[in-house]
Amino acid sequence: MGILEVKDVGKRFGGLQALSDVNLSVKENSVHAIIGPNGAGKSTLLNCLVGKLIPDTGSVMFDGQSVLGRAPYEINQMGISRVFQTPEIFGDLTVLENMMIPCFAKRDGAFELNALSAVLKQNDILERAEHMLEEMNMADKRGMHAAALSRGDKRRLEIGMCLSQEPRLLLLDEPTAGMARADTNNTIDLLKQISEERDITIAIIEHDMHVVFSLANRITVLAQGTPLVEDDPQNIRGNPKVREAYLGESA
Amino acid sequence: MFGLNKKDTSVLIIVAVMVMLAPFLLNPFPSASGLAQFNAGYPDLMQKFVIFGIFAIGFNILFGLTGYLSFGHAAFLGVGSYSCVWMFKLLGYNVLPGILLSIAVSGVFALLIGYVSLRRSGIYFSILTLAFAQMSYALAYSVLSNPKFNLTNGETGLQVYADDPQWFHNPDRLPDLPHLFGLSMRATYKLDLGAWEFQFNAGYYLCAVIMLACFYLAIRIFRSPFGMMLRAVKSNQQRMNYTGLNSRPYTLAAFVISGMYAGLAGGLLSAVDPLAGAERMQWTASGEVVLMTILGGAGTLIGPVLGAGFIKYFENIFSKINDYVLHSWFSFLPDGMEDAVVFLIHPFIGKGWHLTLGILFMLVVIFLPGGLVEGGQRLVNWIRGRKAKSSTAAHETNPAE
Repeated sequence: MGILEVKDVGKRFGGLQALSDVNLSVKENSVHAIIGPNGAGKSTLLNCLVGKLIPDTGSVMFDGQSVLGRAPYEINQMGISRVFQTPEIFGDLTVLENMMIPCFAKRDGAFELNALSAVLKQNDILERAEHMLEEMNMADKRGMHAAALSRGDKRRLEIGMCLSQEPRLLLLDEPTAGMARADTNNTIDLLKQISEERDITIAIIEHDMHVVFSLANRITVLAQGTPLVEDDPQNIRGNPKVREAYLGESA
Repeated sequence: MFGLNKKDTSVLIIVAVMVMLAPFLLNPFPSASGLAQFNAGYPDLMQKFVIFGIFAIGFNILFGLTGYLSFGHAAFLGVGSYSCVWMFKLLGYNVLPGILLSIAVSGVFALLIGYVSLRRSGIYFSILTLAFAQMSYALAYSVLSNPKFNLTNGETGLQVYADDPQWFHNPDRLPDLPHLFGLSMRATYKLDLGAWEFQFNAGYYLCAVIMLACFYLAIRIFRSPFGMMLRAVKSNQQRMNYTGLNSRPYTLAAFVISGMYAGLAGGLLSAVDPLAGAERMQWTASGEVVLMTILGGAGTLIGPVLGAGFIKYFENIFSKINDYVLHSWFSFLPDGMEDAVVFLIHPFIGKGWHLTLGILFMLVVIFLPGGLVEGGQRLVNWIRGRKAKSSTAAHETNPAE
């Protein structure tokens, strides 16, 4: 039994069958990559996992509980954090404030009308946020507006924000899309370090094979809305079906 | 001090001093001089400054922090006014129960409207609030003022009549006007100093003290974790949702708080002048507070207060300049030219003050998107820049080896 179990999921947009019969099992503490050519349904699948879309058929179980029909914030509270293709951070807030918000949310995300306590007196939360920034090597940028960060730093901050919630499953949607080579390599190193040091499962959607093969220990190939193969990286590399799906070569 | 950092404390102290000394500061011209008409230091106008300041401070908590633009805040102002006058009619002229009830009723009203309107964001939210406010206006203007059930007294406006119960009113000991434990809101002490006359009005000082309390509360909200969450809502709702936070309770709380600020302002309007009309709920009144907030600087602490003062000053002072006054100013010009100049300026004064305000608003929005506060900051930076330049220039005259 994996931590995330996707069974027979199907999703149709008008005349387009975006996903059909998707079965996927992500094992605990693995790094599971989902790859596939453009239009294969990777992003649709991810959106079904986090509550942005509700699949027409099938079930999605996280740690034995169904996530279907729950709002994104409820799914997050179950222990799933998501990193977006373009970094989604609080651009108008400082880096430190960005990091404080998920630290607040760790108390079940419950609403609190703490309108009369000062932000700068929340010592435990401040400490946690500072600690996380140090771990992400961003402590020197704590006072900057998050919108002014470089693309790589924004990604780093977003990953740090997700980690500060101590999620059990981290979902990454093309985390290196549009990044310079150096930033890509930094991100790979960061993710490697995270998966080694933490008790965390990572599911990653990626185009860049360099990223996939340096990180993943399990790969699912998606083509035309349905999984083609699921195997270990070394077997995927030489698989003729995968080459066909990507390059249109006949096997 | 007061749980604020140094900078906020100094802002609060500066505002407090200016508000307390307003009768002096707003009366710079001797009362006999021709410029006396630019004096704003009379009770009526000073009361409006602080009351609409409260209104704008509250609006800024919603609009400035969360970015939700409500076009219906005048509804809460009107509800507050009616509640306060009803307390006058039922209990008596003490303003305290009226003000408390206006806060409570507008809070409940804001909870209802906010609960429905906040299901949508962006322009749909604005339209929903506008629709609610116009509905409230229609209710107050006609529906709720029929002989069987007269809650608002229609177009005449709600006021206190001689046959109202006023259970706790004792006309022998208490003034027949709104008062605070016997101190009439109209009580004014006039101080003659040379050519100047300064007026200290009880109603103004009551409103001023309440405004300072509101301002202090707004600073605390801005600097609290709650305020940080509201800014997060404005910045990126998507990330907020994927951080396990439901933004709805935060926006609803902000909406209710700002609705209560508006209700308080409405209650104070009735407290200084015990008459509540439906026109206070009209969409133009809702638009006015939006203008105040943007003109002063949305999302800044002091901006809305400045914006409120700016607009009310124009409304009351610019609109008083008429052709007669203009002729007296330009009488030194030859006859034909005098008429021409007066003809050119005429559309911008008197009833045309809206035109002047509109032009100023456009100029501010185009050139100072951060409002008057940004203008002030640029001015300070410019002065500092000049100082820095002159000091570097001084250095350059004897360079190091």
